[in-house]
Amino acid sequence: MSETVSEIEVRSAGAYASIQDGGRRGLRRVGVPWSGVLDPAWMKIANALVGNQATAPVIEHFDGGLVLKVTQGRVRMAFAGQANVDVSGEQGVQRVVCWRSVCVNAGETLRIRALRAGRLVVVGVGGLQVAQTLGSASTYARAGIGKPLAVGDRLSARFTEASDFLLPEPPIDNDEAIRVVAGPQAGNFVDDALAQLCAAPFAVTDQADRMGIRLQGPLLRHRSDAHKDIISDATVPGSMQVPGSGQPIVLLADAQTAGGYPKIATVISADLGRLAKRRAGETLRFQLVDVAAAEQAARTHAQRLAQLIASIRRLPGDGSVDVEALYNSGLISAPIGAFEIEE
Amino acid sequence: MAAESDVSFDVSERMRVVDAGDQAFTLVLGERIAPEVVATVTALDRQIAALQQTGSLPGLIETVPTFCSLTVIYDPLQTSRRQLLAELAQLPPADARVSSPSSRRWRLPVCYEGDCGPDLEGTAAALGMSAEALIVQHQQTEYRVYMLGFLPGFPFMGDLPPALQLPRRSEPRLRVPPGSVAIAGALTAIYPSESPGGWHLLGQCAVPLFDPAWPQPSLLQAGDRVSFSTVNTAEHTRLLHAAKARALDLAAFSDAEVAS
Repeated sequence: MSETVSEIEVRSAGAYASIQDGGRRGLRRVGVPWSGVLDPAWMKIANALVGNQATAPVIEHFDGGLVLKVTQGRVRMAFAGQANVDVSGEQGVQRVVCWRSVCVNAGETLRIRALRAGRLVVVGVGGLQVAQTLGSASTYARAGIGKPLAVGDRLSARFTEASDFLLPEPPIDNDEAIRVVAGPQAGNFVDDALAQLCAAPFAVTDQADRMGIRLQGPLLRHRSDAHKDIISDATVPGSMQVPGSGQPIVLLADAQTAGGYPKIATVISADLGRLAKRRAGETLRFQLVDVAAAEQAARTHAQRLAQLIASIRRLPGDGSVDVEALYNSGLISAPIGAFEIEE
Repeated sequence: MAAESDVSFDVSERMRVVDAGDQAFTLVLGERIAPEVVATVTALDRQIAALQQTGSLPGLIETVPTFCSLTVIYDPLQTSRRQLLAELAQLPPADARVSSPSSRRWRLPVCYEGDCGPDLEGTAAALGMSAEALIVQHQQTEYRVYMLGFLPGFPFMGDLPPALQLPRRSEPRLRVPPGSVAIAGALTAIYPSESPGGWHLLGQCAVPLFDPAWPQPSLLQAGDRVSFSTVNTAEHTRLLHAAKARALDLAAFSDAEVAS
């Protein structure tokens, strides 16, 4: 198999895009969060589709608008998410579906337009080359580790001739309750606060980024004013802290490693990616489980993901985009404007 | 909690285990910010690190020591809280008085002049003393790094002399400049990078506290001791330039290793 180095230029980063991978470990004690993709399952699928290692660096992109131009060589990409993606080049504009890999040639421009659901797309790029800092390629600008993608940035990727791959049954994020375990300071809240948290829907607000998501719902009342602050202790991704406002904030991959607000609950790891991808205005429900059930949920989640990745199958052809064949297979739509397809 | 005179503990009896999800739990060792409490946290942290080095804690990802507790983070695909707690229960009571060879003593230069300390006069007035007296008192104490957090490399240090203790600013600043030396409550700190913040800014320290290019990216570690020395604006500016050029000899600010 031949390998060549290709180059991608960022023409627009859209709302926000950054390089992320499985994240860095071992430095929370000095205030460095894990970072890494908000939904590791999507990273693993996107990487599998382009032939990368499971936790190789990907582009994590919020809310659409990312435009990438291949300036040299060919680049294999795959998209985890529900987004309208197209490639424009000499052959005009072609729509690309998510959950499969495609090759983009030199001179062609890839656009992620609107997201049809959620706030996140994960872009796998075959052989993407990103230097590691402190054991990870994940961007964490607050510590001077990388910067979000910006116009003019250039990325290089090693292209390998190979087949393209398809995930036949993409994962669909359902509306099932987000499971939580009682938090380290659940006792700082009135007796029925945890029940309140699980009884009514909470709305995702527009105050949401890679650090956390602020929710809006019934007031979660502290036992007293004195219970509104704690002596700072450690947080983890999924920690649900409740400041004096009584409205919870769920901490995500880039959140600070310690905090002084009491934590009423922790979102379990199996459900955190699903929560992190919700867009503003959507509602969600919480369900209380115990630690043993939460650990079991993590194992079940991992098994399902492994099954999903094992179901990925090779597409016919030499890896190039055979537009004719793709039309016929239903994997790519006609040029934009002719008709819309739903995935 | 252990009685104050008894700084040892037993994993199974003298701490509270609290839930922190399916990949972490927190061991609570005290309820207040105090050297003797954080010493038990440090001692337990070191015991766990030693146990991990023997390979008996597979699935342990990392531990996070804070003022009163130690959070243990693990991979639920490799282990479970039950398994880890069973392993930790085998630990003998740790002696927090055992010296810790890895702790260092630092003497960091602070410029309290002019724009470096935008809250110096106001804080001194609020405390009912002169700015000079505030500086002298701030420097008279050797502080312990209780923990790091909030920002990468941000040291929570204490204890401030009682005469210098006051609540945070009622209006937090949106931008605290990097290097700001600040106080709030019983603590003092240095902001390693720009951030919002509600502490009172007394001066500026040119020594960088965090650099991802360093093998150990945080200059300070929990348990280190820090004292401050005054530099004038000219010297501060010289240090800033040297720091920017990465030409500062950081070891020059560290006197010696100390016992915990």
